[in-house]
Amino acid sequence: MTMWDMIVLWIGGAMTLMIFSFLYKDNPFYKFAEHLFVGVSAAFWMVKAIQTTMIPNMWAAIWPKSVTGILHAAQHTEPNYVRLIPLGLGLLLLSRLMPRIAWLSRWAMAVLIGFTSGTYLVRYLQSDFIAQIRSTLIPLVVVTPQGLDVIQSLLNCVLVFGVLCALMYFFFSLEHRGVVGGISRAGIWVLMVAFGASFGYTVMARISLLIGRIDYLGEWLQSFGKIL
Amino acid sequence: MKKRVPLIIIFCVGTLFVLAIFLPFPPFPAMEGEVSVWFDILKGFAFVLGGGNLIRVTADKIRKGHPDRFYLWVTLVGFFGMLVVGLLQLGGPIAPGGDFTTEGLWFRRIYDGIFAPCMAAIFSTLAFFVSSAAYRAFRAKNREATILLIAAFVILLGRTPLGNSLTAWLPDFLNFLKIPWLFEKILMYPNTAGQRAILIGIALGIISNSLRLILGVERSYLGGERS
Repeated sequence: MTMWDMIVLWIGGAMTLMIFSFLYKDNPFYKFAEHLFVGVSAAFWMVKAIQTTMIPNMWAAIWPKSVTGILHAAQHTEPNYVRLIPLGLGLLLLSRLMPRIAWLSRWAMAVLIGFTSGTYLVRYLQSDFIAQIRSTLIPLVVVTPQGLDVIQSLLNCVLVFGVLCALMYFFFSLEHRGVVGGISRAGIWVLMVAFGASFGYTVMARISLLIGRIDYLGEWLQSFGKIL
Repeated sequence: MKKRVPLIIIFCVGTLFVLAIFLPFPPFPAMEGEVSVWFDILKGFAFVLGGGNLIRVTADKIRKGHPDRFYLWVTLVGFFGMLVVGLLQLGGPIAPGGDFTTEGLWFRRIYDGIFAPCMAAIFSTLAFFVSSAAYRAFRAKNREATILLIAAFVILLGRTPLGNSLTAWLPDFLNFLKIPWLFEKILMYPNTAGQRAILIGIALGIISNSLRLILGVERSYLGGERS
């Protein structure tokens, strides 16, 4: 482990402890780590966006000679002046920072929203709406060469009627009374199972992160031995 | 000019991309790919806008003598420190694809020392809050809460060796009571049914909202008179 690795490990360990100190109560150490994280993460995503998207896709496309030798992909390519359009729209978006001309940013936002609306309208219709309905159209009675598969038939019924019941719960054009009320109540049960499963997975993901952090702190403590 | 032009732009761009699906000849098929790149570039500008906004809001609070101004300075120092290190590529160049895993890169050191530990620690503290919330909320007060509790319990146990060993002694004809079996079936059937209904609902919501935006019915993104 180099000296730099050790310094990074120590800073990381200190930051982890500062964040964990919030479990006791809000305190200056937590506030320090929280504010530092806000600043660093904003700059991190900004640098990532500039390095991964804006320079290779915009700058290198408009002015390939300027990045020759830096970006290999841009060598010997002709300028693509169409990319001046996103540059212009991006500059319009930045006008948001100047209150007098902030309204110009709406034009760039309008292009973003228009593109998203147009593509999402068709994409969600195809991938989520139609595909999900198609996947629900399965046989309710499953017959195998060995005969009737009762358990699989029941499970398929749970899936098909579960989707219908849960959809009925979201259908507000009919009052949820009588038969409709009963179906919608069954829909709530199906949704509760789905929420319970999601909750279980969320807890597991957070606990695995916590184990990772405790492991990291263990590594940090071991570094004491290396120094001593 | 301020409100009508954005409405016209949305209508034209939105309609164009809906029609592009039905027009399978150039330039329409390639158009979505090119505009996706524009979209990514604009997302990059949005990050720059976010950074600019952070500086503006933080500096404004410091100027007005906010009680937490020391911490606001910490935010600014963290922001400019990471920005300078990243843009000037101190310690070596960031690879063209944005890969900053090269040894000795200062950008990577700040990432490993501050960004990654803080992010992981913040998310892992949620384990405590989720547990304490579950302790209060997860009481079998009614039928719905009981179903939620059982489903979460089976999912949590089904992923652990303890869950497997708890019911491993059951004979084969009672296989349907074993936790791994229950875990798998709950995930594949009732959970899929619930998630599918939610997905269909989300898809319908997105489709109707997209139509509202394209037709100019939804205008909340334009903001109030002041903006």
